[in-house]
Amino acid sequence: MLAYIIRRFLQGVLVLAIVGLIAFCMFRFMGDPFENILGQEATLADRKALEQRMGLDKPIPVQYWRFISGAVQGEFGVSYRNGLPVSEMIAQRLPATLELAIVSAMMALGFGVILGVYTAIHRDGVLANFIMTSSLIGVSLPTFLIGILLIWVFAVELGLLPSFGRGETGQLFGWQSSLTTWSGIKALILPSITLGLYQMTLIMRLVRSEMLEVLRTDYVRFARARGLTERAINFGHALKNTLLPVITIMGIQLGQIIAFAIITETVFQWPGVGLLFINAVQFVDIPIMATYLLLVGTLFVIINLVVDLLYVFIDPRLRFDAAGAH
Amino acid sequence: MSQTEQVPALNPETQGWFARAWDSDMAYSLRHSPVAAISLVVFLILVVSAVLAPLVAPYTPFDPSSLELMDGFTPPGEAALGTGAVYWFGTDDQGRDIFSAILYGMRLSLFIGLMAVLLAAFIGISLGLIAGYFGGWVDAIIMRIADIQLTFPSILIAMLIFGVAKGLTPPDLRDQMAIWVLILSIGLSDWVQFARTVRSSAMVETRKEYIQAARMIGRKRRAILIRHLLPNVMSPVLVIATISLALAIILEATLSFLGVGAPPTKPSLGTLIRIGQDFLFSGEWWIILFPSITLLLLALSVNLLGDWMRDFLNPKLQ
Repeated sequence: MLAYIIRRFLQGVLVLAIVGLIAFCMFRFMGDPFENILGQEATLADRKALEQRMGLDKPIPVQYWRFISGAVQGEFGVSYRNGLPVSEMIAQRLPATLELAIVSAMMALGFGVILGVYTAIHRDGVLANFIMTSSLIGVSLPTFLIGILLIWVFAVELGLLPSFGRGETGQLFGWQSSLTTWSGIKALILPSITLGLYQMTLIMRLVRSEMLEVLRTDYVRFARARGLTERAINFGHALKNTLLPVITIMGIQLGQIIAFAIITETVFQWPGVGLLFINAVQFVDIPIMATYLLLVGTLFVIINLVVDLLYVFIDPRLRFDAAGAH
Repeated sequence: MSQTEQVPALNPETQGWFARAWDSDMAYSLRHSPVAAISLVVFLILVVSAVLAPLVAPYTPFDPSSLELMDGFTPPGEAALGTGAVYWFGTDDQGRDIFSAILYGMRLSLFIGLMAVLLAAFIGISLGLIAGYFGGWVDAIIMRIADIQLTFPSILIAMLIFGVAKGLTPPDLRDQMAIWVLILSIGLSDWVQFARTVRSSAMVETRKEYIQAARMIGRKRRAILIRHLLPNVMSPVLVIATISLALAIILEATLSFLGVGAPPTKPSLGTLIRIGQDFLFSGEWWIILFPSITLLLLALSVNLLGDWMRDFLNPKLQ
């Protein structure tokens, strides 16, 4: 058990080291850092001085170590485009992305579970069949088309909701949040539907198939024989036992949501790190690209680690397997 | 199925290729799955019109000399203000025929998708064969890399590769190179599926007698891998390739839509949708609608064909 946890942990560290190496290579070998910092009219003496000041004359492994220890302390260099420190730019925009991702995940989880339970209980109902069929179409649509469709219907035709930006933001638990103002909440609706729709259908289908499975088991039949109400059986007995895979899938999908936030943020001009990243790719702003890579890499490794450990803690069978196999 | 249609199939040599193809198991399954049949027809129509775009398209949309600025913003099916011509799908701000632009855009989308899948398949199959045949530390290293790559969504990897490659190409060549960079980044982000599947079947096949026999009569390693092992691990590859094609087309459209793909001078479907988004608010809905529908038809038909092929080639799943 302990060996398994340590193995997973070391694996995560290895992945991070590799991601760090890629980010370092981008920093060090792409473009000309001197020209970017000093401008084109720099003399050779200027370059030498800067080289020494930044430690670029040291051996590569030493530079890599300095880069990593700098990154751990939040030092990511300055943007090529506007000269601001990357850490500041990211910190300023991270709340917007996290808020969007969390609201999307919550919506996906909430509606996914409700619709999944509904379609499982009324498995041959007209509405349930309609939901299942339309979910298939929803999965085939690319994210950006969903966003455009929503903008067209709700912003252009009906004029109900804003089509871009975050609306007004206020302070909430120390960060700039859209959830404090009415215009902010309205601005959040369309982007979070766009971002969470795929995960919602995924959870819905998962809950539905798990529910159908569980509803056939003996203990549910016993519960029915004991004369429990349908409500108690469906929610107290059946749903509880379907939630384990849902938690895992949601954990894994959180990474996907953060990656796909890039698309949603572009469609809705949402001022988050995803939009920052895509602009950096367009203008080949290496420090921002490399920092985003490090940030997302760290996030993914942590999410995967937590999901793996959670799974082992929740499901005793896996705990046994893990102990037996290694 | 009536008896008279089944009987000639017993003697295939006397038949033409078309009749033989019509009587094959695959065609039989296709005829009995209307969804797959319709998808195939839609896909073929799209592919043929894309390939023959220079012949089918009424205008050459990206030749500036042929553009009629006075015809700009003509709605579909109405006579244009400048020349009085009627454009099926309307025109954009510069009087460019949307229908022709879609045909050329689809041609580019299909080309990029196909090349990217070929690249991904080549890398994935090679690495999968090597990992499955040799096993040991070679296998461990290749599969660990695959695991790490799987942790990250392919769209993120494609974007990063695109950004890095863009940084490495000189600025004046970027527009020309964009399409090849796009193929490279989509291909490199998508090889893992191929490698994992090929590896697992290669591991099974390697233990069989015919491979051991080939080894004993002293065939060279490369010959065993390519001549003996490869043909026997190919059948699931076709399914993955079809599904990958749908994914690659959507990925390409997404990247181009985000502005990190095909350049506006040579737009793919995604670029056309990106351009069209600007006119959504001013009421010129046709500029964005028709490219979006085309993309949807293309991705959906390939996806449904992939589903059908998976069921057909793997009856166990049915």
